[in-house]
Amino acid sequence: MRIDDHPILGKAERGRSITLTVDGSPVEAFEGEPIAVALMASGHRVFRYTTKQKGPRGVFCALGRCTDCIMIVDGQANVRTCVTPARDGMVIEKQFGRGPREEKG
Amino acid sequence: MKNTDMVVVGGGAAGMAASIEAACAGAEVVLIDENERPGGQLFKQIHKFFGSEVHRAGIRGIHIGRDLLKEAEEAGVQVRLNTVVYGFFPDKCLGLMCNQHTEELQAKMIILATGASENVLAFPGWTLPGVMGAGAAQTLINIHRVLPGRSVLMVGAGNVGLIVSYQLLQAGAEVVAVVEGLPTISGYGVHASKIRRAGVPIFTGHTILRAEGKESVERVVIAAVDKSWQPLAGTEKAFEVDTVCLAVGLSPLAELAWMAGCQFIYIPEIGGWVPVHDENMETSVPGIYVAGDLAGIEEASTAMEEGRLAGLAAAEALGCLSSKDGRARKAEVWERLAALRIGSFGHGRALAMEKILRAKGVG
Repeated sequence: MRIDDHPILGKAERGRSITLTVDGSPVEAFEGEPIAVALMASGHRVFRYTTKQKGPRGVFCALGRCTDCIMIVDGQANVRTCVTPARDGMVIEKQFGRGPREEKG
Repeated sequence: MKNTDMVVVGGGAAGMAASIEAACAGAEVVLIDENERPGGQLFKQIHKFFGSEVHRAGIRGIHIGRDLLKEAEEAGVQVRLNTVVYGFFPDKCLGLMCNQHTEELQAKMIILATGASENVLAFPGWTLPGVMGAGAAQTLINIHRVLPGRSVLMVGAGNVGLIVSYQLLQAGAEVVAVVEGLPTISGYGVHASKIRRAGVPIFTGHTILRAEGKESVERVVIAAVDKSWQPLAGTEKAFEVDTVCLAVGLSPLAELAWMAGCQFIYIPEIGGWVPVHDENMETSVPGIYVAGDLAGIEEASTAMEEGRLAGLAAAEALGCLSSKDGRARKAEVWERLAALRIGSFGHGRALAMEKILRAKGVG
């Protein structure tokens, strides 16, 4: 699903090839591209499930505004994957609800 | 707290043009953008622009963006990226957030060029993965070079819907149809013709009824609507698609202008609530200017001219330009802006702008 050749833009210039771990499986990515892009390119569509209705969510605005694409990145919940650059070795997990976090007593 | 002559918030078409004009006039300008790179939406615009030669007609948005970046650099604009302006405090003090740190920056003049966000349309299934803004799809295909899906239904036949449909085709996706609630296509005929020639049907007087799918979009159903926008029974059509793009208008990103206490006016034709401003783009709060989509949804060409106007006016207010030079330079921009707001498409926007000026008491 990557667009390598384009009639107006020509050949795609991408960063170096890296590997992410997504829910335990390796996913090829290019350094610096948003995490969400690597996920879409590898066929991932569901990024998280909502808290109450458990509904699936994916990329909606791709601009960092809507927060529909948030996931757990290197243990940190609620990371906007559409504006967070991919780095080699990142561990990414689908987020269920608000994700794991310490409940304050 | 740090100080500067001028802060421009938003590094898109309007903000870059404003920064360039002000810096060329001799002002110390800090341009702030929350993104990793400036340019706003310009780098997604791979189509050629309209207008006359002075409006850079025939040039693609991406090339205009590159030129503006170079000009800003040469003019000595200080560009701060990955920086969010999260708050507007008294005495023109802005709260900035960068790398998990906050700081304050005070300016004598502030130009807000924060742009717009895409409107959404709610229907059964609209939260399913695969339903996204048309601008989101444009970002994915033209900047990040990845397809959001293989087959797309586009909702909205304004310029964004038509242009992004064509760009999806260029990127290798299939666009099964464009659906438009209005009885006519509201975008430019030239864009509509391009996608029709490519064999994409445009269903005017139709709306999307629902998107279906288990974990993501698998199918959509559309239907014709009557004069009161109610779906007509028996007119349903279904399409097997994995993506639905929503191109149903834009709304100004006006949070900072609201926080600054600017007076607003509601004009649906240009996106709803917009800050009232005068012919210099100055708002009801002295020293705070607006430009681009925040000042009323239009196009990149008008955004750049409004940015130039705000940049010149703010530089004049700082004393960097004499009032004689300022007036002469602004007159050139007013003339170009007027030329961009003629014809059947521009007239409505020209009327909207007059309404804004009247609200400011200068029309």
